Amino acid sequence: MTTPKLSMRGVRKSFGTNTVLDGIDLDVAPGEVITLIGASGSGKSTLLRCCNLLEPIDDGAILLDDDDIAEPGLDADPIRRRIGMVFQSFNLFPHMSVTKNVAIGPRKVLGVDKATANATAIELLARLGLTDRSDAYPDQLSGGQQQRVAIARSLAMGPEVMLLDEITSALDPELVGEVLDVVRGLKTDGMTMLFATHEMAFAREISDRVCFLHKGRILEQGPPDQIFGEPQEPRTREFLQRVIDSGRL
Amino acid sequence: MGSGPFRNSAHPVIPMDSQTRREAYEQRQRRRSIVIASASTAVVIATIVVLVPRAPRWDRVKKSFFDGDIFTDSFPRLLEAFWLDIKIFAWSVPLIFALSLAIAVSRNTRSPALFPLRAAAVIYTDVFRGIPVILTIFLVGFGVPGLFESRAWSNPLIWGSAALILSYSAYVSEEIRAGIEGVHESQRAAARSLGMSSTQTMASVILPQALRRIVPPMMNSLVSLQKDVALVSLIGPVEILRQAGLDKSKFANFTPYVAAAVIFLMVTIPCTRLADYLLNRERRRTGATTVS
Ligand SMILES: Nc1ncnc2c1ncn2[C@@H]1O[C@H](COP(=O)(O)OP(=O)(O)O)[C@@H](O)[C@H]1O
Ligand SMILES: [Mg+2]
Repeated sequence: MTTPKLSMRGVRKSFGTNTVLDGIDLDVAPGEVITLIGASGSGKSTLLRCCNLLEPIDDGAILLDDDDIAEPGLDADPIRRRIGMVFQSFNLFPHMSVTKNVAIGPRKVLGVDKATANATAIELLARLGLTDRSDAYPDQLSGGQQQRVAIARSLAMGPEVMLLDEITSALDPELVGEVLDVVRGLKTDGMTMLFATHEMAFAREISDRVCFLHKGRILEQGPPDQIFGEPQEPRTREFLQRVIDSGRL
Repeated sequence: MGSGPFRNSAHPVIPMDSQTRREAYEQRQRRRSIVIASASTAVVIATIVVLVPRAPRWDRVKKSFFDGDIFTDSFPRLLEAFWLDIKIFAWSVPLIFALSLAIAVSRNTRSPALFPLRAAAVIYTDVFRGIPVILTIFLVGFGVPGLFESRAWSNPLIWGSAALILSYSAYVSEEIRAGIEGVHESQRAAARSLGMSSTQTMASVILPQALRRIVPPMMNSLVSLQKDVALVSLIGPVEILRQAGLDKSKFANFTPYVAAAVIFLMVTIPCTRLADYLLNRERRRTGATTVS
């Protein structure tokens, strides 16, 4: 078996007395797409934020290419630039044009000169169907466009792994499709992805593996057909039933 | 909109200047508001004009505060003295801005090695916001020159300005800090997730957004500074307030003070209006609506 691209070993994380991740073990193989599903508050966002070192973990290890990146005291900046993250609320920089949003990472972090960074940004934006919006500012864009810019901003750093945190949850239903298309494209390109989502149909379509999170543990995981078709755990079934009842599957 | 090509056609014509019901209603309301506002203003002014001169000692007040000849005599001299106020203001503002930015950013650092810097920044803002500006001017203006042998260091303009800078930086740095804290945490997360360092995040992402927010409150501080510049006269320099005092003694009349007030208002009123305008624009831009 190849070494996993990203690996979590016994990861624990609490906020005060609230244990949010309670021993997470998870290997993400290169090119693998793993979706995280689970009720709100089950720890999906925290898991992703820990992987990107935005939250320090209390115990356990997180390996990127077999290097422990959660080692306390390690300089997080060189690691973060290898891991892309896209947020539910886009978090674009409102005072920068679309092109600058995408170019700023390479310029500041990788020291790429402005002209080259802009050219790369425009190329990326074209790939995501945003050519005509490159001079706009974030507040002039639809939610779907903003989220695609956020993905482009992340991709501009040439990440080895992408962490996607409910990237369609803040979108109007008719705008979800354009963002999911981008994720399909990333999978085709062989991007390694860890994707927290409530879009069950999409999770079923795109995942190599689905993990069901419950109270900070991975309660059940497996290929999508198994998790969605014949879930073993009563809690998984319960959760999926609730999703079906709310009309989202 | 006289005769359009469709004037006589069978279709009902909607004239170009037709208003929606709402527009018509709003126009009526606007007219009504203007009428009411003008009427009440007229009443207030009439009352003042009629009543004030009837005050028992109005004649004496008029003579000692509103003497036209003294006003015209004193005004140009005061205006010239005001030039010094403008200069003090002009060189203090950039220094206040630089110092407060440094203080605000220091207070936002997180590294334990920088604890002394953070502590110093906190003490500084607490101390200088806690002392009246005038006292700071006295203490710095009379105290610091005593430290030096050379007369070159006893220029009250330098130490008066320094006192203003110290006082105002304490306030303005708090305004900048509030601006920095007003930028949502998710912006920091987005920048850090790209691999930007905390310094790069502050410089490229947080500060540009924070500074936009703090322009209106900072304008108000600057208007306030514009007036407090006059306090520097208390340690020596002949600027407008001092000159007005000299003229008052010369004429044994208070009219120069009124003239000085007029000169201040010529500067501060436009600045205040501008600050309000910027504040309202910022409110609209950030989506906060005003409810009548
Ligand atoms: N910064 C934080 N401080 C305190 N508690 C937090 C913080 N972030 C998340 N939590 C708590 O962690 C739990 C899991 O949250 P989260 O990871 O956002 O779940 P999910 O993304 O699955 O909805 C929740 O109970 C939430 O209140
Ligand atoms: Mg979440």
